[in-house]
Amino acid sequence: MFPILAARTLAPLVKEFVIDARPVALKAKAGQFIVLRIDETGERIPLTIAGVDATQGTVRIVFLEVGKSTRKLGTLGAGDSLLDFVGPLGNPSHVEKFGTVVCIGGGVGVPAVLPIAHALKAAGNHVIGITGARRADLLILEDEMRGACHELFVTTDDGSRGDRGLVTDPLRRFIAEGRKIDLVVAVGPAIMMKAVAAATQPHGLKTVVSLNSVMVDGTGMCGGCRVTVGGQTKFVCVDGPEFDAHQVNFDELMMRQRMYRNQEKTALTRYDECRSAQPREEVTSRG
Amino acid sequence: MARKEIIPKKHAMPCQTPAERVKNFAEVALGYSEQTAMAEAARCLQCKRPTCVDGCPVEVDIPGFIARVAAGDFVGAAQRLKEKNLLPSICGRVCPQEDQCEARCTLSKKFEPVGIGRLERFVADTQLWLEPAALPPEPPLPPASGFKVAVVGSGPAGLTAAGDLVRLGHRVTVFEALHKAGGVLVYGIPEFRLPKAIVEREVQALQRMGVELRTNFVIGKTETIDELLANSYDAVFVATGAGLPHFMNIPGENLNGVYSANEFLTRANLMKAYRFPEYDTPIHLGKRVAVVGAGNVAMDAARTALRLGAEKVFLVYRRSHEEMPARAEEIEHAEEEGIDLRLLTSPVRILGDKENWVTGCECIRMELGEPDASGRRRPVAVPQSEHVLPVDTVIMAIGQSPNPLVPATTPGLETTRHGTIVGDPETGKTGKRGVFVGGDILTGAATVILAMGAGRKSARAIDVWLRDPERKW
Ligand SMILES: Cc1cc2nc3c(=O)[nH]c(=O)nc-3n(C[C@H](O)[C@H](O)[C@H](O)COP(=O)(O)OP(=O)(O)OC[C@H]3O[C@@H](n4cnc5c(N)ncnc54)[C@H](O)[C@@H]3O)c2cc1C
Ligand SMILES: Cc1cc2nc3c(=O)[nH]c(=O)nc-3n(C[C@H](O)[C@H](O)[C@H](O)COP(=O)(O)OP(=O)(O)OC[C@H]3O[C@@H](n4cnc5c(N)ncnc54)[C@H](O)[C@@H]3O)c2cc1C
Ligand code: FES
Repeated sequence: MFPILAARTLAPLVKEFVIDARPVALKAKAGQFIVLRIDETGERIPLTIAGVDATQGTVRIVFLEVGKSTRKLGTLGAGDSLLDFVGPLGNPSHVEKFGTVVCIGGGVGVPAVLPIAHALKAAGNHVIGITGARRADLLILEDEMRGACHELFVTTDDGSRGDRGLVTDPLRRFIAEGRKIDLVVAVGPAIMMKAVAAATQPHGLKTVVSLNSVMVDGTGMCGGCRVTVGGQTKFVCVDGPEFDAHQVNFDELMMRQRMYRNQEKTALTRYDECRSAQPREEVTSRG
Repeated sequence: MARKEIIPKKHAMPCQTPAERVKNFAEVALGYSEQTAMAEAARCLQCKRPTCVDGCPVEVDIPGFIARVAAGDFVGAAQRLKEKNLLPSICGRVCPQEDQCEARCTLSKKFEPVGIGRLERFVADTQLWLEPAALPPEPPLPPASGFKVAVVGSGPAGLTAAGDLVRLGHRVTVFEALHKAGGVLVYGIPEFRLPKAIVEREVQALQRMGVELRTNFVIGKTETIDELLANSYDAVFVATGAGLPHFMNIPGENLNGVYSANEFLTRANLMKAYRFPEYDTPIHLGKRVAVVGAGNVAMDAARTALRLGAEKVFLVYRRSHEEMPARAEEIEHAEEEGIDLRLLTSPVRILGDKENWVTGCECIRMELGEPDASGRRRPVAVPQSEHVLPVDTVIMAIGQSPNPLVPATTPGLETTRHGTIVGDPETGKTGKRGVFVGGDILTGAATVILAMGAGRKSARAIDVWLRDPERKW
């Protein structure tokens, strides 16, 4: 069992847990992920490692409640435990001194890009951060991002914080201004990563994205996570999760992410029905 | 001994009827009753030089345990069996006895062999669900050797080696990447052939013997082999299996509704997607399914698809019935259940719609030409014989190779071009000091009993090496 030591809500439906998982904490590097299972009937949920404390032996995860499993996860809090927690999985980010790097995080891609920005800064790069969300209240970990970057640009779709617009807007502006950029790293929803790739490709700007295909084992055993990169099939969990953005077939990735849409709906509806039949107390006292 | 009348055939195994069983995931074969088991045991000739034992990779005293069954001494039979076989309820269900012990049974020269596998299953099952306290006591362990051995992977090879090493006096930790122990036994072989509760029970028995199990631990990620050796383990046995699924590299393989057999079976078995939404993991329920391949894995995928509610399941195989590599019993069961065998047929591409969903599988007919390197006649495509199987799900069951995770993170381990780790087939010794290897990762995809045999041989070799004061490599 893997105890949840601390839990906090970062934004509506976005929660942060600190998990006691020493073996993972000792090994994890920026860009890697874990797979967890809540309980015996639970599915294997992949989540990016959003930071570790090696001396305490703890791992931080941040998740958005999008469906049944993440919603169920959100009902847990400090003092509860996860049944399974395995990692670090996937390859670490490639970190070296590139020069100027733009790190882009959208939605729950922010906690994922955060350790990468830290590592790139520590390696001597000039790190420009861009983070975005739909509204101000959905923007997460802004202060930490500010600490991890030399400059930070914030966008919201409605302009309620930072600039009105998308994360690609500042990026396009830097390119138009002729700022020297050596690498772009983008983590977020597939549609955002696709837009970033489209913005940088015409300028031949090296761009790396971290993909979140549907996974089961996370160790290369099932092939469910496969994507097409440069015309070849790759397993995201072992060949990635980071790939050259200009080679990724994002449309296929997005269609594959929708593979279980009907079942996901069934699961969620059934979960909500079961829960509304129970006393609400337990739900509100936590998290 | 008076000559007895020989019953020419094995006593039949009671089974669920095909019509009944395709609607559930319960076990197909129901097992012998006490009477049938005793009657089948009485068919054994009790040969002075039992050749059947030579066919058993773990050297079970077959006539010995069968004699006790014939006498109605089931407890004694179980003790005899378990001296050599740590996973008897499993072997009794999934071993290809027709190629192993039963192939060498003296009776089989003229008649059907003794149903050794069925008797093994019967005997093991009589004790399976007893409370530990009600079981006959385990033979006492030898004095602790003071050595620690790490076993990587909890499939049949790893579990057997772990059990044997504990019995030889060593401390053993099994590291398993997944959340459950058992390897293919839990993620691959379906519930209706091998109930998962049985695997769990046999693993618990090993834990009671003293085997320490660490699930959720990926060697090569959470820790490397070198770290295990540096941090307290005197030897490592690598038994990571052959879990990397192959695809055909034909157009359309990344469409929604195309699975590797590994993924399809893992979702169904390990994650219990057949009980969705009670269990959280979903599976795509096709109405019409094509399974590509004809081994045990393909049979399992096809029969699982039927039980998940598919209306029509095709099995697409490029050679003929004769070359199908699955066990005869599995092919028979599959045919009884209504799987439509499309032999001498090979997929050329998978067709899909705008939303990326499978709409069909384009195939070409084959004919058998000259023998190839494997001695089997090579299938050759018949020109202009393309046709489309209208299906919404395609499952690729064309083989698996070893997962590269361990070799890629362990300097000093040599691999073959098939991805298997190079090691001595008799001892499992690799080119790297202190590291032994066995099971599918050494041989390529094989069988449960061969993996167990490899675990046993390596356990012995590890014991000898650890106790050798010189520790020569
Ligand atoms: C490497 C990786 C890192 C990730 N990191 C994070 C993270 O740090 N924070 C975060 O909030 N989310 C992250 N995700 C996504 C997260 O795993 C899914 O949101 C979660 O599994 C959804 O489960 P659900 O039952 O709540 O939703 P569902 O209702 O089941 O699904 C909602 C959507 O989530 C995706 N999804 C569903 N099941 C899986 C699965 N088994 N694997 C991957 N995606 C799935 C699908 O696209 C689906 O359409 C990551 C995914 C991957 C592959
Ligand atoms: C669907 C299917 C049906 C089959 N049917 C039969 C049958 O009827 N009869 C028969 O005799 N054989 C059958 N086989 C073959 C048989 O199951 C295998 O030959 C046997 O399980 C091999 O045993 P193993 O111990 O070498 O490896 P596996 O059983 O593959 O176990 C390897 C274990 O190692 C773990 N592992 C891998 N990498 C790591 C790592 N880096 N760190 C930690 N753990 C790791 C894996 O998760 C797995 O649990 C079947 C196989 C399949 C796939
Ligand atoms: S998640 Fe199974 S292979 Fe990547």
